[in-house]
Amino acid sequence: MEPLLEQSAKRFAGRVPTVDFWSLRLVGEHKESLAVRQDVVQPPDTLVTRGAFITVIQAGGTGYAATSDLSVSGLLAAFERAREWALLTAPWSLLSTRDLTRCARTGGYETPVAEPWEGLSIEEKIGQLRTASRSLKIDDRIVDWWAWLVYRRIDTLLVSGCGAWIEQRFHIIDPGLKAVANMGSQTQVRTGGGARGARQGGLEQLKHLGFPDQGPRVAEEALMLLEAPECPEDRMDLLLMPSQMALQIHESIGHPLELDRILGDERNYAGTSFVTLDMFGHYRYGSTLLNVTFDPGCDGEAARYAFDDEGTPAERVHLIRNGLLQRPLGGASSQARTGLPGTASARACDWDRPPIDRMANLNIEPGQGSLAELVAGIERGVLMDTNRSWSIDDSRNKFQFGCELGRLIEDGELRGVVRNPNYRGISATFWRSLCAVGEQASFEVHGVTNCGKGEPNQMIHVGHASPPCVFRDVEVFGGGA
Amino acid sequence: MQDYFFTLADALQAQLRGTETLLLSFDGEDSDFVRFNHGQVRQAGGVTRRALTLDLIEADRHAAGRAQLAGSLEQDMPVLRHLLNDLRGQRAHLPADPYLNYTTDGPSGETRVQSELPRRDHALEAIVDTSQGLDLVGIWAAGAIYAGFASSLGQRNWHTCESFNFDWSCYHTGDKAVKVNYAGLRWDSAELQSRMQDARADLEIMKRPPRTIEPGRYRVYLAPRALWEVLEMMAWGGFGLKSQRTGQSPLILMQTEGQRLDPAVNLSEHHGRGFEPPFTSEGFAKPERVSLVVNGAYRDSLIGARSAREYGARVNAAGEWPASLEMAPGTLAAREVIDALDTGLYVNNLWYPNFSDRNRARITGMTRFACFWVEGGEIRAPIDVMRFDDSIFRMLGENLLGLTHERELLLDPGTYGGRSSHSVELPGALIEGLAFTL
Repeated sequence: MEPLLEQSAKRFAGRVPTVDFWSLRLVGEHKESLAVRQDVVQPPDTLVTRGAFITVIQAGGTGYAATSDLSVSGLLAAFERAREWALLTAPWSLLSTRDLTRCARTGGYETPVAEPWEGLSIEEKIGQLRTASRSLKIDDRIVDWWAWLVYRRIDTLLVSGCGAWIEQRFHIIDPGLKAVANMGSQTQVRTGGGARGARQGGLEQLKHLGFPDQGPRVAEEALMLLEAPECPEDRMDLLLMPSQMALQIHESIGHPLELDRILGDERNYAGTSFVTLDMFGHYRYGSTLLNVTFDPGCDGEAARYAFDDEGTPAERVHLIRNGLLQRPLGGASSQARTGLPGTASARACDWDRPPIDRMANLNIEPGQGSLAELVAGIERGVLMDTNRSWSIDDSRNKFQFGCELGRLIEDGELRGVVRNPNYRGISATFWRSLCAVGEQASFEVHGVTNCGKGEPNQMIHVGHASPPCVFRDVEVFGGGA
Repeated sequence: MQDYFFTLADALQAQLRGTETLLLSFDGEDSDFVRFNHGQVRQAGGVTRRALTLDLIEADRHAAGRAQLAGSLEQDMPVLRHLLNDLRGQRAHLPADPYLNYTTDGPSGETRVQSELPRRDHALEAIVDTSQGLDLVGIWAAGAIYAGFASSLGQRNWHTCESFNFDWSCYHTGDKAVKVNYAGLRWDSAELQSRMQDARADLEIMKRPPRTIEPGRYRVYLAPRALWEVLEMMAWGGFGLKSQRTGQSPLILMQTEGQRLDPAVNLSEHHGRGFEPPFTSEGFAKPERVSLVVNGAYRDSLIGARSAREYGARVNAAGEWPASLEMAPGTLAAREVIDALDTGLYVNNLWYPNFSDRNRARITGMTRFACFWVEGGEIRAPIDVMRFDDSIFRMLGENLLGLTHERELLLDPGTYGGRSSHSVELPGALIEGLAFTL
């Protein structure tokens, strides 16, 4: 924990005026971004952030104020602004103040790290990136190529007028590789090495993400895609690799199960949900093979934590068990509004935004069968790997997703590469066509670093782990005009 | 705020060693955010945010950093001195940057966009009063946005814009709703009342039994806000010089094979509109306007500082993505749109577009909010949400029937990382045979 945050919290707590309830969430972040593009070292970027989010409940109203002035006078001024907002909006408040959580817990968490970020010098890191960059430039048709490495250390401290004191420190590694191949008016992009899927931990996480070793394969596949035929257009079986399952879980399970969407808070922006409150406990979301967990303890996954940003202790729970919908994603306030059990998933993207219902680590539990056995069970289908396009309606039902790379499957065997693989479906029926789930050995941790929702808008990282999965009779198609 | 930024710049300049050059960019906001659901307040509060970006340069070597500011030298200077030293340490291990590009003789200046914002209690009372009986959900955002530039070479720039942006929807049931926005510089409660009345009228149409359309091709009218979603996809790498030179533009066919849009399509980046700062984070002054598409043909690209150095071009934008896009008007009178549409879909809003095939500018997305089935020149029913999948070259090329003479100035309600100052000025578009798939 940064000493400045602790000092600020103690000084503020000693001076704060009496109100019905107050909380102070302090966030400090240190972020380093390194990149080499087309073998040119990009200027390193270092971010240092410290800020405070103060919530006040008073006279039946709730208000907040966010400030980066962490002096006692700065925090007290923000406190006054939060109190003014509480008093101003009390007559029109949607939530009863009874619905708002008043955390009194103490505790802490720090990401386990085997190989600290500081263990390598900047020269060594740039050296690795240069090597990775060179490994991507294998042909004149590779016209753009990147290797990058980002590290974030985030400290949060939640204190409240009820005695809460929760310290958490997160270490996040976010590397990636990208190769762009071009020939005339045909361009294909392939990514790897952890691109778009951060992990918690230290530099030891890089090997789990294939960084930097995947460089040559990423470039070779980009070239292969240039000359590959278009993905066929037909209804057939679909084998989604974990890198695409992450997006499929995110868009058509995660978002529809968020309680704030179901309660209507998000209807003006992120949207509503085809899931309604009366479905929990009995609705058949998918086939009996579908088991979905909220797992804040999964090793290396991006949204691992002990408490959410309202101070609710996090624990692993099933959201969907054997295909039946069990419980939504929703923090303590949403649970109070609905009377439903939920998850410790009230999260804020930074110091200047309020906690809202989010995904965290949302996973599909392993089933049976190796990847080879999944392929062997398909007479005619397409394997799709690595998300590149996502679109879904505001109820999270009608979707169309596209991937970087496809491979045909015929008579139980993998065949050639196809380009521009896309598929479309409807969430409410798609998961019922799930017919095979890979075994534990095929289970991979991925995530999404740009999950956006909320007003004001918030972008946050979430984790999604899954084995490869097979879906029957899906509408697939390729590109072209 | 401006005084503090310049004071800070002077103090940091005093920390420089030898031949170091320091570029400073300031961004900040004082924003009110009030979130509504079911016509009541869901969350309310304020954000005071100030951030400083530093680029420490010596010869062609440099490293960048960014820090949140507390607003006093006593708190900020220790953090910034520490950051400067970190950047100095990093720079020692870096090779020369061949694409480093900043101005050494840029003009200093100051712009303040004049505004008349309401008191926050008056705004909230007006919203609550005018929306009585409506299931209203949305966000009120208002206040000042700041941007500044300073360099150790003496240049000083400042830009302030105060604005409000009330973005809301009124729901009938399920996903049947009307989307409305009222944003600008001068608040007028009568204008809010007028827009709320229009929403009530449209909501009556949303109460009719919805029509589910079958997949196929339909004539559509895209209102300006729906057209904005299509143009956002063109803008996703379409106008940037770097993406063009590396083959990643969705307009690659226009840039390499001479593909054209309809001659009525004229697009430009209108920097002079004034919501955005007139300077870049490297100190360059933006031109009044950059022509992007002229009479349907690709013209110029948006060129940021690094690309300008790499490709020997002139800087004409802060980033390589439009922030003040403008489309020239057409000849179709807005009052004649329904008659011209005759039978088809009147689309007020699109949602969540993405590429089906980037190389062919083929995009997919959803209809959302108040979209109507029109038959015989009359609005008949709301439609259930429908997915489209078609090429921009078809939509704004061979299948474009016309653009409206009237245009709308739309201010971006986005608040990722801070309140956006992006805006567009667009007509509506009448399009033949848009493909719907699901």
